[in-house]
Amino acid sequence: MTNLFPNIDWADLVVATGETLYMTLAALLGTLILGVILGLLIYLSQPGGLWENKWVHLVTAAFVNIFRAVPFIILIFLILPITIFLFGTFRGPTAALPALILGSAPFYGRLVEIALKEVDGGVIEAAKAMGAKTRTIIFKVLLRESLPALVSGLTVTAIALIGYTAVAGAIGAGGLGDYAYYYGFTRRDMDIVYICTILIVVIVFIFQAIGDAVTRKIDKR
Amino acid sequence: MIVIDQLSKIFKTASSELVAVDQLSLSIEKGEIFGVIGYSGAGKSTFIRLINRLEEPTSGRVEIEGELITGLSKNALRVKRQNIGMIFQHFNLLWSRTVSENIAFPLEIAGVSKEEIEKRVQELVDLVGLSGKETSYPSQLSGGQKQRVGIARALANRPKVLLCDEATSALDPETTDSILALLVDINKQLGLTIILITHEMHVIQKICHNVAVMEAGRIVEQGSVLDVFSHPKKNVTKKFVEQVMGKPDDEVAEDSFIATVAEGHVLKLQFIKENTNQALISEVAKKFKVDVNILQGNIKRTQEGAYGSLYVQMVGEEVTVQEAIQYIEQTSVEVEVITHD
Repeated sequence: MTNLFPNIDWADLVVATGETLYMTLAALLGTLILGVILGLLIYLSQPGGLWENKWVHLVTAAFVNIFRAVPFIILIFLILPITIFLFGTFRGPTAALPALILGSAPFYGRLVEIALKEVDGGVIEAAKAMGAKTRTIIFKVLLRESLPALVSGLTVTAIALIGYTAVAGAIGAGGLGDYAYYYGFTRRDMDIVYICTILIVVIVFIFQAIGDAVTRKIDKR
Repeated sequence: MIVIDQLSKIFKTASSELVAVDQLSLSIEKGEIFGVIGYSGAGKSTFIRLINRLEEPTSGRVEIEGELITGLSKNALRVKRQNIGMIFQHFNLLWSRTVSENIAFPLEIAGVSKEEIEKRVQELVDLVGLSGKETSYPSQLSGGQKQRVGIARALANRPKVLLCDEATSALDPETTDSILALLVDINKQLGLTIILITHEMHVIQKICHNVAVMEAGRIVEQGSVLDVFSHPKKNVTKKFVEQVMGKPDDEVAEDSFIATVAEGHVLKLQFIKENTNQALISEVAKKFKVDVNILQGNIKRTQEGAYGSLYVQMVGEEVTVQEAIQYIEQTSVEVEVITHD
């Protein structure tokens, strides 16, 4: 191993991998919460929706579209003042979280909206005919019936997020991207770049496999 | 009793107005099966949704057992809906829930306790004949089984009224019959008032007591199923009756087959609301010295008895034949002598 990758400090690599996993999972949790809220708001406030409201629809749709349009690397710079205000620094994995969540939640929000639109209108009508409250329709019909699509959407988002953590790493967020860039690329120690690539690919495969397995398990269609 | 008074629904778009239901008035007795038949676009689907206000009426009143549905607040309506069952053409089950969980859903909505839900679900599963399927998912069921889940779910909160929106239209004829039989069964067992809409006349013929024919948002003809069957007035009604009875031309190809009858009398026996004379033909043959030969017939059973006509050839002594005809006329069967030699 040491012959194949002569420049690698294995302890550093473990730390970097841990940071990547931490950033991905923490940002994924934030993305899940914010994305579901955004997706629900867009879906429910649409014309003919359960909470039809032109202004809410307009504002949430605009928020999602704007943040999806901004390239991630620019988004990091844009919200730098907020990050520094919150954490006192823009370096380190935790400081990267606001940018990661703002970058991926709008994307996931759109996937949530698409998943909710796929829920059969007849089932919602049936729930109304049974006298269900809107809250019951949201939690027991909409979110439950669209769960497989929500999970597969989250898998796609998680993989995009792993890519984002590497980008954030290049400007000092830590993680495998950071390690590959500073210790590998800038010193021309390409073996470090290679090992980081391999690890990221492995993480992506694991996320995809978990996502697929969960989707299969809950999809009763 | 359900009273519908001057009920209208107008759909407005930017450029036009569509009157889906037009000043419709009806009253439906408690415990009856009331059918509304019409072609697609007649407004029957909108009509049934106006009853539980899945569509808000533009004007008019709906009253169920003295309670003004159209006067209820949003929240009161929501609670009231828990006691109005509804089943759908495409079943509208939650595919993420098992049979039991689907049936439990309206009970959860009504805030029934866990133990009670469990007990009630088992009763309903047995009632609709789905024992053994409790843990299946809808995707593992046939269309007829899915509709049985739909019916069980609709009955969960012991409603007084069941609304059926084309409940058998997505099913094959055999399954349709089994679902119709189940509806008749629960109507009798639970004293449930059933309002159903359909475009299939045989559904009306098989299970309804009264029927209304709908066209362009209005009811153009209404009455007991037998009356509407035996004396359809409007063209649209005649067409629906033909769905079940065949065209009058098919039936009265009188000349052709009468010409082939060499001897005796040809009689047309008209059965309306027949329950008592099931064995009429054999009775006549036994009582009188006549031979009775059935030439052609078309008789359908409805909830109120049989309806239809039978052509028979009767051969015998003139006096005996006249006696036989008189005997038949004493029953509720009408006799028309078409030829005699």
